[in-house]
Amino acid sequence: MILPDERGYFGDYGGQFVPETLIPVLDELATAYKEASADKAFWAEFEALSRDYSGRPTALYLAQRLTENCGGARIFLKREDLAHTGAHKINNALGQGLLALRMGKRRIIAETGAGQHGVAAAAVCAKLGLECIVYMGEEDVRRQSLNVFRMRLMGAEVRPVHSGSRTLKDAINEAIRDWVTNPDTYYLLGSVVGPYPYPVMVRDFQSVIGKETRQQILDKSGRLPDYIIACVGGGSNAIGIFYSFLNDKEVNLIGVEAAGRGLSTGEHAASLMAGTVGVLHGTKSYVLQTKDGQIRETHSISAGLDYPGVGPEHSYLKDSGRATYVAVTDQEALEGFKLLCKTEGIIPALEPAHAIFHAAKMASSLEKEKTIVVNLSGRGDKDMDIVAQALEVKL
Amino acid sequence: MSKIASVFSQPGHKALIAYVTVGYPSVEATLKVVPLLADSGCDIVELGIPFSDPLADGVTIQKSSFHALQNGVTPRLCLELAGQLSQKVDIPLVFMTYYNPVFSYGLDKFCSACAGSGISGIIIPDLPPDEGSDLEAISQRQGLDLIYLLAPTSTGERIRLAAQRSRGFIYLVSVTGVTGARERVPADLEAFVTRVRKAAAQPLCVGFGISTPEQASQIARIADGVIVGSRIIQLMEKEDDFASLAELVRGLRGSIDKISGQ
Ligand SMILES: Cc1ncc(COP(=O)(O)O)c(C=O)c1O
Repeated sequence: MILPDERGYFGDYGGQFVPETLIPVLDELATAYKEASADKAFWAEFEALSRDYSGRPTALYLAQRLTENCGGARIFLKREDLAHTGAHKINNALGQGLLALRMGKRRIIAETGAGQHGVAAAAVCAKLGLECIVYMGEEDVRRQSLNVFRMRLMGAEVRPVHSGSRTLKDAINEAIRDWVTNPDTYYLLGSVVGPYPYPVMVRDFQSVIGKETRQQILDKSGRLPDYIIACVGGGSNAIGIFYSFLNDKEVNLIGVEAAGRGLSTGEHAASLMAGTVGVLHGTKSYVLQTKDGQIRETHSISAGLDYPGVGPEHSYLKDSGRATYVAVTDQEALEGFKLLCKTEGIIPALEPAHAIFHAAKMASSLEKEKTIVVNLSGRGDKDMDIVAQALEVKL
Repeated sequence: MSKIASVFSQPGHKALIAYVTVGYPSVEATLKVVPLLADSGCDIVELGIPFSDPLADGVTIQKSSFHALQNGVTPRLCLELAGQLSQKVDIPLVFMTYYNPVFSYGLDKFCSACAGSGISGIIIPDLPPDEGSDLEAISQRQGLDLIYLLAPTSTGERIRLAAQRSRGFIYLVSVTGVTGARERVPADLEAFVTRVRKAAAQPLCVGFGISTPEQASQIARIADGVIVGSRIIQLMEKEDDFASLAELVRGLRGSIDKISGQ
């Protein structure tokens, strides 16, 4: 079965729950993307720029000392932290930037939480000569001031969002409001969420991660990995690395959500683990909501995972059992963070630090012949203030 | 004939439709203001069930929704209040909300509760006809009109879709944009209404951005109904007796009736 279906559904999840104004705009986008997808020249340009601009392929690295430290399965890291602008987000920004250009759209809007997608979008827009406006919750503007500065340096206009919880979900609301008002604008959405065709398009642009990983692990170990582990905010880095392995049933796919202060406290962002089915930002998927159907405020130490929804394809993979999902707390993520710093000299972003913690925990209980690949989705430069604060260090 | 359809059945009569957010600025205010709207000449009142993420709304209704949620307003409470209000007023009441609160309540349960509370229809701006089949079937069984929206960006194909599926009336969004009072009526509105008129037999009501009697009369010239929301919310913020609100509504009514020659 080819997913999603023609209505943009992965099983029960997905769709287009948006104001009528945007339906023709989404139709136009889906058509443009289909045409681009079928055009070899489009992909040739994407690949050339992925190589020369983003620095792909990123390495698959055997984390030897981390492996020894855990004393079990071998742990490989897919080094998305080495990609230009410091995270996997550039893959999607580049793909959509090229699509916008092809569609003749010159005004680009984007949302950002941690600022990584905003930075990637700002970079691509600067590179392609496009206007870039980034919506960012007031709270995130404060928490991630370094990334705000980066975006502005690259010519983007950062618009703080004062409504609701003043975080990522409100930034998306505001970006959608801008888009409804300016339907000629291109909305460069940053994860596999939102209405169709975004979950497909973003997945396709991110699937370069898994394609490379597959070849690299075969080259290095002669077989497919036993486990692939990735953190899940909206789910783009996870689906990006999972996608090439979906049909390899022997490869276990594990998504790691943010358990924040603990699932039982209610202060977390684990939509798949603790959410129920609902509709948020144009798509039907697992959502963190109250019993009255109001979207809940979330918490995670990592701004990139701090989102009450998740991509519809992950909801489908969860229900079908093809992928499993777990959750890791703020404290555990910090441990994973410190562990990778000390054993490998790699400072991860707090988002993949969740995946690192889970991988390390699993590795210790597995035989040495087993292999785990962790998607190291980004580097930790952006998180220095937050980590220092959490470790009670004054910078 | 549905209660909503009968509003439009009087020849020459153009409908005035008001929007209020339930529980803004307070539950008591909602109970007081809806009868006042009916008495001042509104033909239909839209009761907004507040949602945490109102992405089709501008700042005014965002704020009223946020405020109402802080007041503890829930879909259940909205249904209760609708039950009380439908005893007090004779005009049709419709709910306006987003899809998630309805989906989370359960489509069946929600529709039967609506019917039990005297609600006549439902408007859900983030539920296009493409996603609406389930709710359409269920609401129809309960005698509720599911009212779809069209926008200036709607293609001919989409206009035909709404024309086939919308019940009660079709809600024409006057501008590409979110709710909120605006300076003037868009120049291309008449062409948009005409395009829809060719394909649709339903009454056509225009909303988003309309706030003054002058604008209302411009709309009444070309459409079957005028929907006013944000301006009403703004006037509710200021005073308890809603004197200027009643004055506005009477003004809107007057300017609309002048057009229809009543
Ligand atoms: C480094 C990094 N990893 C992961 C994420 C989470 O997003 P997603 O789940 O879409 O990969 C983010 C989001 O900002 C991020 O910056």
